[in-house]
Amino acid sequence: MAPALETRGLVKRFGGLVATDDVTFKLEQGARHALIGPNGAGKTTFINLLTGVLTPTSGQILLEGEDITRLRPELRVQRGLARTFQINQLFPAMTPLETLGLAVSERMGGGRDWWRVIGSKREIVDEIVEIAQRFRLTDVLDERTSNLAYGKQRLLEIAVAFACRPRVLLLDEPAAGVPEAERHELLATVAALPRDVSVLLIEHDMDLVFSFADRISVLVNGALFTEGTVEEVSSDPRVRAVYLGESVDE
Amino acid sequence: MQSTTAETVRTGLSRRGRWGLGEIAFWLVAAATLFFLPERHLILNEIAIIGLFALSLDLILGYAGIVSLGHAAFFGLGAYVAGILAKNGITDPLAGLVVAAIASAILGFVTSFLVLRGSDLTKLMVTLGVALVLGELANQMSWLTGGADGLQGISMGPILGLFEFDIFGTVAYAYSLVVTFVLFVLARRIVVSPFGLSLRSIRDNPLRARAVGIPVNRRLVAVYTLAAAYAGVAGGLLAQTTQFVSLDVLAFHRSADVMLVLVIGGVGYLYGGLIGAVVFKVLQDVLSAWTPQYWQFWIGLILVLLVLAGRERLTDKARFAVKRFFGRFKAQRTDAMPTTSAREI
Amino acid sequence: MLTILFDGIAYGMLLFVLACGLAVTLGLMNFVNLAHGAFAMAGGYVTAVLMNRFGVPFLLTLPLAFAVPAIIGLVLERTLYKQLYARSHLDQVLFSIGLVFMAVAAVDYTMGSQQQMIQIPTWLQGRVEILGIQVGLYRSFIIAVCGVLVVALQFVLTRTRFGSRLRAAVDDPRVARGLGINVSVIFATTFAVGSGLAGLGGALGAEILGLDPTFPLKFMIYFLIVVTVGGTTSITGPFLGSLLLGIADVAGKYYVPSLGAFVIYTLMIVVLVLRPQGLFARAR
Repeated sequence: MAPALETRGLVKRFGGLVATDDVTFKLEQGARHALIGPNGAGKTTFINLLTGVLTPTSGQILLEGEDITRLRPELRVQRGLARTFQINQLFPAMTPLETLGLAVSERMGGGRDWWRVIGSKREIVDEIVEIAQRFRLTDVLDERTSNLAYGKQRLLEIAVAFACRPRVLLLDEPAAGVPEAERHELLATVAALPRDVSVLLIEHDMDLVFSFADRISVLVNGALFTEGTVEEVSSDPRVRAVYLGESVDE
Repeated sequence: MQSTTAETVRTGLSRRGRWGLGEIAFWLVAAATLFFLPERHLILNEIAIIGLFALSLDLILGYAGIVSLGHAAFFGLGAYVAGILAKNGITDPLAGLVVAAIASAILGFVTSFLVLRGSDLTKLMVTLGVALVLGELANQMSWLTGGADGLQGISMGPILGLFEFDIFGTVAYAYSLVVTFVLFVLARRIVVSPFGLSLRSIRDNPLRARAVGIPVNRRLVAVYTLAAAYAGVAGGLLAQTTQFVSLDVLAFHRSADVMLVLVIGGVGYLYGGLIGAVVFKVLQDVLSAWTPQYWQFWIGLILVLLVLAGRERLTDKARFAVKRFFGRFKAQRTDAMPTTSAREI
Repeated sequence: MLTILFDGIAYGMLLFVLACGLAVTLGLMNFVNLAHGAFAMAGGYVTAVLMNRFGVPFLLTLPLAFAVPAIIGLVLERTLYKQLYARSHLDQVLFSIGLVFMAVAAVDYTMGSQQQMIQIPTWLQGRVEILGIQVGLYRSFIIAVCGVLVVALQFVLTRTRFGSRLRAAVDDPRVARGLGINVSVIFATTFAVGSGLAGLGGALGAEILGLDPTFPLKFMIYFLIVVTVGGTTSITGPFLGSLLLGIADVAGKYYVPSLGAFVIYTLMIVVLVLRPQGLFARAR
């Protein structure tokens, strides 16, 4: 079986700067894979290449064995590659209900439907209910998103991506900025994501990485520095030097 | 637990599609003016047309977030198309409207690709430029448009072969009102559909809209084209009911006025354009009776004050008051259905 | 042919003086000020009133044609405009259109709707022949005055402390503030000078462009073209844009009068679609 997501010799240059340096990377089916690296290592550029916000200078990106290197961002989502954002990117004037309804109906090809009212399809309703329960949003479904507590917004951020029913989910620092009290809920929700979704987690927080991931890749200066199991990477002295050492003073 | 959540979801999603009491009242009052204010039908006709025009601007400004200073391009094109058709023997009003709508939609579709890129300022200039080019064309092609003298000698046939236009403007008003109503119902349906929801999401956060798989550009092209068609119909109505078209339909102040109308009524909810049209015309009437030449000064002042005071806050407040007023009736009537605020339509 | 070029340059330089304030407002404050033409009109009317009612000589009115709009600009900036910097472009557009409507109606009310006549001094009238080219004296005067202004502006912007602070504020207001630059004073000064220059342009151009209450609406589009086509990142962009527009407009009206302004509007759209940042702006 082809890996869920794969890059081959991926390079991105901005002028003279090499932001992504020949990255060849595999995300296996059903994996819980973490991508770590010090600030400025090129994690965000890498994500933007995967999702199609940026076009690579050279190299290939494959989603379940199919080349998506030149595909437009929205088409990648439709093929099953969804992401969350490090800084919340929600629809502040809409309710979580509408947000989820949008994502679900869009995925079912309903976005071109300009005639029916959105709630009239049973399968849409059922799916929203399921997602709302999974992400503990049932009690705030009808509130304006901008009025939600930050922790709930963070959950919604993941829920929207999940509502695209991805094969591969890219989580960009899902716990960033979440207060300690709400952290546990968030981590439990992330841990309970169904196993048929392959997850690539971009994270700073070592607790989250160690409790969640079964494989870790380390990105330094745009290049893949090392990759291995949690034990291998956490005991690698070089990783400690470049990454763990640096994260202490943050 | 499961079933109550499902219920919340179902009502929450379909609520916006339901007609509120205030809305029904609004249209009943509009219909009543057909019978009770016969001497005002000429101005009411204008209100209906401007209302439809402002509604079309709302589709692109309020629902898709494109700032346009040249919306008169589509209005004017519709007016000239309808006028020229009638002058050349195709006098059936509805056929004229359909052709006007198609012509404007084509122009809208083509020019929509120009406004997808660039900053607000670029969009503003491009839309303005399109209207200016069209105005210049109409001016130069006087063999077709009558140039600066205007397009004269339009005579319309009866609507559906049944109703002749009369000199009091009653039939004209009824015609414009019905067309506006039908297109309003259609627009209302569209904005609560999944398509409409995706437009709101694009206005709210285009980055995330893309990230849930919405083809943002295609949606914007679609709504821009639709809005152009609506504006074309409004222009066509003006040409048919006043039986005259001048270069004025393409002028800058048309685009500015319609924006003003929409802003007075409130951007981003369909009644904004209609209410704005009523307020604008009444204001214009009162002010120009008071200071015939200089009413523009007061319009300008209102605009400045409106912006300084925070127009969104003001319209929200007004709407909240209206909602509370109608809410009182509703509270006695229903227990389960949460009411929709007008803002959300 | 060369006369047309000459007239076009004079016209273009005039446009630059009229529009450069707008370039700075847009570039510096990211503020869409459609009311810029109203300041130009104010300058024009200051000159007209002083000359026709009080018999002040043309040249002496010019400093006032600069000062009065500059003061109006300063007052408006401090009281009204500054509240709108952080608002949406739509709000700025609406606000400034409102101001234009008010200015047009107010001038119409106080001064009447007719064209204002400005009698330029006799020593500036007529044409002379230089190297076989028919050259209007008044247009040469305009070129000279505007040329001096352009050089002075360029000097102020690139060589003085004020200029470097202004450029810092253009690049990043937040960083500029962090460096201890009083950005709001710079904004206000720049706005006032821009309004004053527009007023001066309005006074100088009254003879060529005409002067009546609809001036701000009629020329708004020209100012906007200069700024959007030229780009707002430097002063040279709008300058080249003005010259281009001036020459194209004069030549267009002379050679293909039937096309009118059609060519210019179409060109503007093409430029904006191909280069949304402006023709002479460096791509960021």
